[in-house]
Amino acid sequence: MAVNLEINGKPVTVKAADDTPLLWVVRDELGLTGTKFGCGVAQCGACTVHIDGQATRSCVTPISAVAGMKVTTIEGLGGSHPAQQAWAKLDVPQCGYCQSGQIMSASALLAEKPSPTDEEIDAAMSGNICRCGTYQRIRAAIKEAAGIGAALPKTAEAAPAVATASPGAAR
Amino acid sequence: MSRYLRDLAAGAADVVRKGVSRREVIVTGVAASGALLVGCSMADAMSAGSPVKAGEFGAFLKIEADGAITVVSKHIEMGQGSHTGLSAIVAEELDADWNRVKIEQAPANTKLYANTLMGVQGTGGSTAIANSWDQLRKAGAAARAMFVQAAANLWQVNAAEITVKDSIVSHAKSGKSAAFGDLLKDAAKVTPPENPTLKDPKTFTLIGSDRVRRKDSVAKTNGTAKFTIDVQEEGLLVAMVAHAPRFGGKLKSFDDAAARKVPGVVDVFKIPTGVAVVANDTWSAKQGRDALSVEWDEEKAETRGTDVLLADYRKFAAGQGPADLKWEAFDSKGDPASVTDGELFEATYDFPFLSHASMEPLDCVARVKGNSVKLSFGCQFPTLDQLNTARIVGNLPGAIEIETLFAGGSFGRRANFQSDYVVECVHIAKKVGKGVPVKLIWTREDDMRAGYFRPIAHHAVKVRLDKDGYPAVWTHRIVTQSLMKGSPMAPKGIDQTAVEGTMGSPYLKATPIVDAKAHMPDIGVPVLWWRSVGATHTAYVMEHTIDQLARKAGKDPIEYRRTLYQKAGAKRHLAVMELALEKAGPTAAEGYTRGIAVHESFGSVVAQIAEVKMAPGGLEPKVGRVITAIDCGVAIAKDQIASQMEGGTCYGLSAALYGQVTLKDGHVQESNFDTYRVLRMNESPTVETHIMPSGNAPSGAGEPGTPVIGPAVANALLAMGRPATLSQPMVKPGVV
Repeated sequence: MAVNLEINGKPVTVKAADDTPLLWVVRDELGLTGTKFGCGVAQCGACTVHIDGQATRSCVTPISAVAGMKVTTIEGLGGSHPAQQAWAKLDVPQCGYCQSGQIMSASALLAEKPSPTDEEIDAAMSGNICRCGTYQRIRAAIKEAAGIGAALPKTAEAAPAVATASPGAAR
Repeated sequence: MSRYLRDLAAGAADVVRKGVSRREVIVTGVAASGALLVGCSMADAMSAGSPVKAGEFGAFLKIEADGAITVVSKHIEMGQGSHTGLSAIVAEELDADWNRVKIEQAPANTKLYANTLMGVQGTGGSTAIANSWDQLRKAGAAARAMFVQAAANLWQVNAAEITVKDSIVSHAKSGKSAAFGDLLKDAAKVTPPENPTLKDPKTFTLIGSDRVRRKDSVAKTNGTAKFTIDVQEEGLLVAMVAHAPRFGGKLKSFDDAAARKVPGVVDVFKIPTGVAVVANDTWSAKQGRDALSVEWDEEKAETRGTDVLLADYRKFAAGQGPADLKWEAFDSKGDPASVTDGELFEATYDFPFLSHASMEPLDCVARVKGNSVKLSFGCQFPTLDQLNTARIVGNLPGAIEIETLFAGGSFGRRANFQSDYVVECVHIAKKVGKGVPVKLIWTREDDMRAGYFRPIAHHAVKVRLDKDGYPAVWTHRIVTQSLMKGSPMAPKGIDQTAVEGTMGSPYLKATPIVDAKAHMPDIGVPVLWWRSVGATHTAYVMEHTIDQLARKAGKDPIEYRRTLYQKAGAKRHLAVMELALEKAGPTAAEGYTRGIAVHESFGSVVAQIAEVKMAPGGLEPKVGRVITAIDCGVAIAKDQIASQMEGGTCYGLSAALYGQVTLKDGHVQESNFDTYRVLRMNESPTVETHIMPSGNAPSGAGEPGTPVIGPAVANALLAMGRPATLSQPMVKPGVV
């Protein structure tokens, strides 16, 4: 069954069965692999895309439900979205697998609330799991992108890496 | 750690001896490589048949005429940031332009790329930086010396007068200078010095500077970073597998009629681990797999539940097990029966199975044509994955080609003696044949039910205090499965992965009489290292016990630690604790209570002060600020060390608060993130990292940040006047 929709600004016709999750159409049929599979049951957020601007879990969204709609994936965000720039500036990613989904959730949040509070960040981002534990940098990057950032909390601010005499040298 | 790694190396050598018979090596090795391999080293045997060769500037460095510099990383990047640190080491000694440095993942070749602490090619034990430090400094320095010599020859000047900065070679007196790219052909002809002069660490300009940042952040924020699941090529098929519902179950029979009717399904067949469904795309493979009707033979399956296993462990530790139960001593001094007076402290602790639950469920891509194999995946242990693959197709391990991609986390799971998911993929690709690429994908449920968990552990601790309130006699029993037993890498002595952290603790060193033993039962549930390994439970027991002892003795837990560290000569513990205390300042944030913990693992010492309150509702702890101090030797990539402290803290806190895999009659009860609860944004702490200045060689950073937060939180709860927390997870499922 053919479904027409718009992906990253381009009209496409896909041939997948009606119940095929949007995630697998995007990845396997359209070759856009930036959107990731993490749980398949809308519990982790790795598959987050925008559907008509709303952050949506593509792993539980049947392709038939998005007929005629506008879908944006990480590839469609452009690469220089303020969230992407902030993410790179603060070295947010570790393994990086969840970050497409994190950025899609964050960019939807920023579109709706240009200066989100910590509570609003919690509410928008707690559906996105990061097992590497980059949460505090994600929070800092959202604030950075919003122009309200105090950047990172105090990290790696200790003394120079190499010292001639230090308690640590007495191993 | 060193003994554990020596065991690992010895075990690995054994694997090769057993796995690659002399005949195989001689017969096939001669044919494949044209070299006679009789009596060759393990590395030679493991790399026989490999087409991989080192370049003009060695195995770790490639330089192009346009000045582009590529550092070849023998270690996988799975989030831990080692690509960044490894390339900075080379760039520092080479005096390269850091902005022109790229990183490339090394192919599989044990001879060129063995972990110098393990003897096999592999990433783990927080050793990536530690084992590469000397090797990569020399690689960078040797190449630098080649450029300097080439310039000296060309300009007819004294090499000692030549300087290098940002990939530019200069001679001040003559005013001559040239870029690496311009000198490339001449430098390549210079014989590399065997022992090049290394820099005095005081003169480092890149290492330890704020310029050492991740090289993969852009690719990991625009969707282009390539993981195993992202491999797409012409004709690629996707496979999913139906596995036995209980560990040790075997396939009896299956009906694939419905599966074969699913559009897109190409084939269904039996493999050693179950029934494989091969399809044109992922969704078809999943629908086909779900349509299978399978009968399992569970005669030899593990059918016990976690409650039954833990009840047994408690009995064993209490001395109520079978008389012939085997206990292995790991610390023993003095006679515990010689002291009968003084206050007695007793506590027992329980720890559940844990899933690694990396964000990328396990996956692998294999192409098999005859006995020729190419694998593409997040490969953490190339030597073992080559060996296990070679056995299936009947080829030399070195001939198995591996393209290592980014891994979406691992936390130990992809470093598997049996190469479980890799072997499964190879069996499927072999059956498909013709070199057709086959991508095996496990669903989250497959991943969570496949085992290789952090094992259940039970500790029983008895401490008799002296008249001053310090430990006089420390009796300790640990019951937990061995990670190494039965594996090709099993050590001859005690399996340190089960006891490390209690074994070697400064508190035992400070105690005059110690009786510490472990029992490692055989359970039919596969277990594996899980970020920080033994310390996941030992650090908790030691640190939470110390706070309870201090309170029993009427002493401040920090003062109590100071005294014990002084008694034990644990200067690094003392120093990092003092650094954390200094950075923490005098008081906690309003409404929060502090708890402290200090632990050494993988050569590094971490102290954390956690500020904790009870979340609204009063049922679970909420962690705020976490002040972290680490001594990991020379800090190469400071911001990445901070990242690892932040991430390790979240990983450890997730386990301490929520993590648990339970078995009921042998069936894993958890299946996905709705039942296996993990830490989320709203529960995340704010971690500050303070790095102890040090001139020592670098030690681990990926794991040491994980095990400290659990006991720090438990100790904060004690400070709030709440009872000791004697079992994990702290938050029981169903309570919230």
